[in-house]
Amino acid sequence: MSGLASIFSAVIKRDLRLVARRMSEMAHPVLFFIIVVSLFPFGVGSDPLQLAKIGSGIIWVGALLATLLALEGLFRSDYDDGSLEQIILSGQPLTVLVLAKVFVHWCATGLPLIVVTPLLGVFLDLDGQVLIALLASLALGTPTLSLIGAVGIALTVSIKRSGLLLTLLVLPLYIPVLIFGAGVAVAAQAGLPTAGHFYLLGAMSVLSLVLAPIAAAAALRISVS
Amino acid sequence: MLEARKVTCVKGQRLLFDQIDLSVRPGEIWQIAGSNGAGKTSLLRILCGLSRPEEGEIFWDGAPVASTLTTFRASLAFLGHAPGVKLDLSARENLEFSNALGMNAPPCSIDEALNEVGLVKSADLLCRYLSEGQRRRVAIARLYLSAARLWILDEPLAAIDHSGIERFSDRLEIHLSEGGLVVLTSHQPLALRHHTAKTLALGQAR
Repeated sequence: MSGLASIFSAVIKRDLRLVARRMSEMAHPVLFFIIVVSLFPFGVGSDPLQLAKIGSGIIWVGALLATLLALEGLFRSDYDDGSLEQIILSGQPLTVLVLAKVFVHWCATGLPLIVVTPLLGVFLDLDGQVLIALLASLALGTPTLSLIGAVGIALTVSIKRSGLLLTLLVLPLYIPVLIFGAGVAVAAQAGLPTAGHFYLLGAMSVLSLVLAPIAAAAALRISVS
Repeated sequence: MLEARKVTCVKGQRLLFDQIDLSVRPGEIWQIAGSNGAGKTSLLRILCGLSRPEEGEIFWDGAPVASTLTTFRASLAFLGHAPGVKLDLSARENLEFSNALGMNAPPCSIDEALNEVGLVKSADLLCRYLSEGQRRRVAIARLYLSAARLWILDEPLAAIDHSGIERFSDRLEIHLSEGGLVVLTSHQPLALRHHTAKTLALGQAR
């Protein structure tokens, strides 16, 4: 087991280093998120009641699109420079390596979305209770999005300009996460219990945590061959 | 011993090679020859198990590779067309990561490997700022750290200068005399003194 842990931490150390050296690239998704969300008040009018009503949905859709945008970076550079071949041929369990890569990727692209959400919540006039529910739903939901997305990008990494294909593959699986994620905030707004939504979100995140690395590892082997 | 039995490779609609047999014994070096597009890289990728052949099978020490995958991968070092060097890491960091990935304890230290390929001075520069040949040297240093018996090398000498080729050939001979196995493609002639490379020519059968 110590072998697995040391491999896991080696991948995390390497990928964090790479993230730190490509900071500007890593900032794209969160900037995109801020731009999308802050454009809405201009588009739908600045009526605080209306904004508060649709605000949590806007933030969830923005977070989903930003995650989708960031996916490309997950395996692309490893595929292009041959690192992926080395990783596959190393004989180490690929699922563990994939999980470590997704974890770092989520820290670099998913976590910042959650960090800026309180600020955007203020823009959209969300009240405290709703904001807390929204943050909790994002904290459960965005890792799920990253994990599901990893399978999609693993399948399409060998195709140049696979953006649209990736979207078509991944979006149907994203929609349940979106429904229950945004549903949390809607229920909180209406003063209804949110536990049911959280259970479903939690179930989806556990399911993807277990299955997605296995599926992504198998897809990577196919993509490399 | 590495054996390929009746291996056939089809790419798209094209038959690249048909029913190829190859057996590499300890201490042997095989050079895969052929013009561009003859399927050299495809054969190497099949040999190391990255792709599957259309027909035929690969055997390692008498057992099909698929059934001894862990042992096979632990005894294999592959240097591919893309060197597998991360441009945003330094040479040293790249080697540290491949050491962490490796299944065996490295036979020498990272500094010794870097010294062997003449990269001591640029060890802590990001590989982004190294030349093509220097990046290739980082990949070669990874070979020296791998402790693998079987080396499968796709154009290891591309962009490597004359003295680099000589040093690499010396290392090849040490590896061979220790009972190592080498399969490679190369457009540059190797400077081997004590061993002769056997040749498998692709692309004549058609």
